[in-house]
Amino acid sequence: MSESLNFHFDVDGENFVSAGQASVQVKKNLRRLGLPPEIIRQVSIALYEGEINMVIHAHGGTADINVFEDKIEIILADKGPGIADINLAMQEGYSTATENVRSLGFGAGMGLPNMKRYTDEMKIESEVGVGTTITMCVYLK
Amino acid sequence: MNSYRHSVVLDVDKCTGCTSCIRRCPTEAIRINGGHAEINTDRCIDCGECIRVCPNNAKKAMCSKFEHYLHYKWKIALPAPALYGQFDGLDDVDSVLQGLKDIGFDDVYEVAKAAEIVSNYTRIFLKSEGIKKPVISSACPVISRLISLRFPYLKDNILPMLPPMEISAMEARKKAKEEHPELSDEDIGVFFISPCAAKVSYIRNGYGDYKSNVDVVVSLNDIYFMLLGAMKKNRTPTISSEAGMIGIGWATSGGESSAILNDSYLFADGIENCIQVLESIENGNIPHIEFVELNACIGGCVGGVMTIENPFIAKTRLQTVRRYMPVSKNFIGSDVNFVPDSFLTDSLPDYTPISRLSESMSESMRMMAKMQEIRKNLPGIDCGACGAPTCRAFAEDIVRGVANDRKCVVLEHNKKEETDEGASENDS
Repeated sequence: MSESLNFHFDVDGENFVSAGQASVQVKKNLRRLGLPPEIIRQVSIALYEGEINMVIHAHGGTADINVFEDKIEIILADKGPGIADINLAMQEGYSTATENVRSLGFGAGMGLPNMKRYTDEMKIESEVGVGTTITMCVYLK
Repeated sequence: MNSYRHSVVLDVDKCTGCTSCIRRCPTEAIRINGGHAEINTDRCIDCGECIRVCPNNAKKAMCSKFEHYLHYKWKIALPAPALYGQFDGLDDVDSVLQGLKDIGFDDVYEVAKAAEIVSNYTRIFLKSEGIKKPVISSACPVISRLISLRFPYLKDNILPMLPPMEISAMEARKKAKEEHPELSDEDIGVFFISPCAAKVSYIRNGYGDYKSNVDVVVSLNDIYFMLLGAMKKNRTPTISSEAGMIGIGWATSGGESSAILNDSYLFADGIENCIQVLESIENGNIPHIEFVELNACIGGCVGGVMTIENPFIAKTRLQTVRRYMPVSKNFIGSDVNFVPDSFLTDSLPDYTPISRLSESMSESMRMMAKMQEIRKNLPGIDCGACGAPTCRAFAEDIVRGVANDRKCVVLEHNKKEETDEGASENDS
């Protein structure tokens, strides 16, 4: 069956307090689908980190979660500043977050590395000044 | 699956179907059907929120009456530490314990004493190698059940130790047999004086494979006036408390965690707060800590549905009671570095995926897609008139085949307006 189920979220960049909401919703929905707890955890952590990134760096964006029978795809798209050096950004501990954001406990430079760690595939497409699209995949087998 | 026996019961005659409880229930376990509430026993975690919110007192926690169990030859009371916070001007716990003896108990074993023993062993357990951190307290039965239903990933974080109530029951029974070898097991009745509805379920159902050592649960507010009367007689106590500040501190939120004697802990109370903390632990976005104490009731056990006093007032009273008390009256030697097997349990409720729509993934996906379709038509105002707490839950009920969309008053109203408009256009 090639049909998929889509969950779409607009991640509000103006409202820092609401960051992480999509992750909570998706977690609930994936539980309803009866997915194994470990898979749900992987998806919700990857999505959470992605949401936070979009709010901190890109004034928000969109999150689309597509559930297939054999995999879950997470697509995060924003029209933010883009990532100049993806290899550098992928290094643990590297962060361009402001002091302000760090004082809230974010900006530890673990966002992208965690997204990679908790998913089976991750692709970053980014252009400086245009935006970033991250596609992640978690396989269900 | 349906075998879990709950303590929350509904008096159908009193229930008006007002929908107060369906919105409050943290697991969306209640629906209004046929004019009154119905509790889905698979989802209920015995948190007691519906009992608190019901304006008609139609929900009750089912407990036993002390008078019905007088046939036990040797009756032992296990007072929860929350009991000590219910009395005005109490400055000596001994008078409460004496009161319990005066109303008919043969002996008293304080749960606060067992709590101090548990605190000792928790400190030792936290030092063991290879355990999953943070360790989550096993004392609140609502939280343990919540974890088994919704946070299976955190199951191994639960402290594998019996809660103070169980340890006190075990120790009380042992003590009775030692002191009175003539008593048989059937002669001894262990009565827990409970502030908490969930403990009733815990005792009736056991805990995984574990069967409780408590025989009877008496509600704190049921025994309160009898006890108060006995205490007013001001007899000189012949019994003295064997618990200190730590044990009594367990009655309020934060008491158990402060007893680990380092500052690497988190405590939270109120079921919604607890759920948020568990979500955060599961997502790994909390600071590194050793220990987590979660109490479903606001204020901790003093906030239980079967207490008399407001939890914050009870807490203040406990501060007076605790003043001039030794930190603890139960020590174990500093050379002890393991937890006795009898205090440990690996029995945990199995993960039961209550929220999944169907056993088959593809069927679940079809149902979820259908739910999304249905929700587009629903008003999204979560009015509760259909009997479900939210439009989302209603859509799920429709897809599960337990409701139909004619129950939505807004949809029906709109349909009627359309037909009316159609009719008036035909007239003109």
